[in-house]
Amino acid sequence: MEHIKSLNEGNLKQTACEGGCGECQTSCQSACKTSCTVANQKCEKDEDRAI
Amino acid sequence: MIHKYTMSGYNIVLDVESGGVFVMDDLAFKMLDGLGAPMQKKCPNELFEKFPEYSQDDVKNSYDEIYSLYASNCLFSESNISADEYERLAENSPVKAMCLNVAHDCNLRCKYCFASTGDFGGGRKLMPMEVAKKAIDFLIENSGKRRNLEVDFFGGEPLLNFDVVKETVEYAKNREKNNNKNFRFTITTNGVLLDDEKIEYINHHMNNVVLSLDGRREINDRVRRRVDGSGSYDLILPKFLKLVEGRKDKDYYVRGTFTKYNLDFLKDVLHINDCGFDQISVEPVVCDSSCEYAITEEDLPKIFEQYELLANKIVQKKKNNHKINFFHFMIDLNQGPCLIKRLKGCGCGNEYVAISPDGWIYPCHQLMGVEKWKMGNVAENKLDQKIKKDFSKTTIFHKEECKNCWARFYCSGGCNANNHQYAGNILKPYKISCEMEKKRIECAIMIKAALG
Repeated sequence: MEHIKSLNEGNLKQTACEGGCGECQTSCQSACKTSCTVANQKCEKDEDRAI
Repeated sequence: MIHKYTMSGYNIVLDVESGGVFVMDDLAFKMLDGLGAPMQKKCPNELFEKFPEYSQDDVKNSYDEIYSLYASNCLFSESNISADEYERLAENSPVKAMCLNVAHDCNLRCKYCFASTGDFGGGRKLMPMEVAKKAIDFLIENSGKRRNLEVDFFGGEPLLNFDVVKETVEYAKNREKNNNKNFRFTITTNGVLLDDEKIEYINHHMNNVVLSLDGRREINDRVRRRVDGSGSYDLILPKFLKLVEGRKDKDYYVRGTFTKYNLDFLKDVLHINDCGFDQISVEPVVCDSSCEYAITEEDLPKIFEQYELLANKIVQKKKNNHKINFFHFMIDLNQGPCLIKRLKGCGCGNEYVAISPDGWIYPCHQLMGVEKWKMGNVAENKLDQKIKKDFSKTTIFHKEECKNCWARFYCSGGCNANNHQYAGNILKPYKISCEMEKKRIECAIMIKAALG
């Protein structure tokens, strides 16, 4: 594409079907405890899975 | 729904539902303003009139590219999950993370401490080993089939009760095999009591360590004071350097707090980096808005400016192969958590609990000591299921302000304890936190765009 560059595949919706195993780190948004944007966390399920 | 913004010369577009992120030239970026679902395949004639400064080929090609993203469900895409579906999953979530407040006491007297300088308003106490063991038992028994379990040694200052920390780790490790569990430990420390032996132990046993330092000496020492009133910077910095030197590839964060006293916190982040630390987290203070150091709405423009300057500085440093990682700018656009994980960013009271030195179970460390939030005691191995259920329903579908926010799959609803503290309702996000979070997400995506 000439006018648009994609930074990712944009298939977050698909992970609604295959995700939810819950093995990932518990997230805490409290500032006093090094809060996380959830988006920085790793998926434990499958390192090859692209979302 | 899309979110579009320009930062540091990059026109960035986020498609909220698909998670698609795009960098667009000026024409495509402007063209989006008049478009939305459903799109027609053929470029509408009025677009040629709308953009007379561009050639017809350019307008048509831009439109075609936008249309192709729309046709592949990456732009103007719609949601495919409902609150009802998620509610069912959330209610059954086992407990998988525990904040173990091994010491309600501290050897610093930081002015902004949310824990009333360590005792959480309930008197200075250390957790006995028997309580810590019961807490580990409680976590194993309430974690269902979940294998990975997290324990965070917290306080107060956990090094004041380091023997219990060590014994707890040993006890948990002994129990994990027979129960098919994998414990991951974190410790958060102010560093005052660190010595070679403790450093070696922490680097061997703790999966992550959070080291509290606010940045420049004068900034740190203004609020992070010792019991005698003197500053803590000179005492802790060499210890942190020694610990991190021995950390090798293991995770750590040097974590600071910024307040109204240092709205120029970019200097503190860079100072921490200049000291030799490359994993850095500097966060806004959490306190009553009546405090003189509280962040208020009028501080936001200055804070936004600092975040942008920091993001640009990080791009520059990374392009020069300099190591720096700012925790709040970490974002994984490709391999991050699944959508279900993103519906609720705060696990408190549901998959995460905090334990007081007396064994009382609270939804999280921030709600520690508040009678109405007591969920049980580890000695009885009982958990208040009503409170747990209430917290399970703190998803972005249950928070009015989150439902239509573009950042909902990145922030995932914010901190419930902050919501309670500021708005008196765990479902009511605190506007200042939201604004800062949105800015950080924009910066994080810009860094990805700049580094290609």
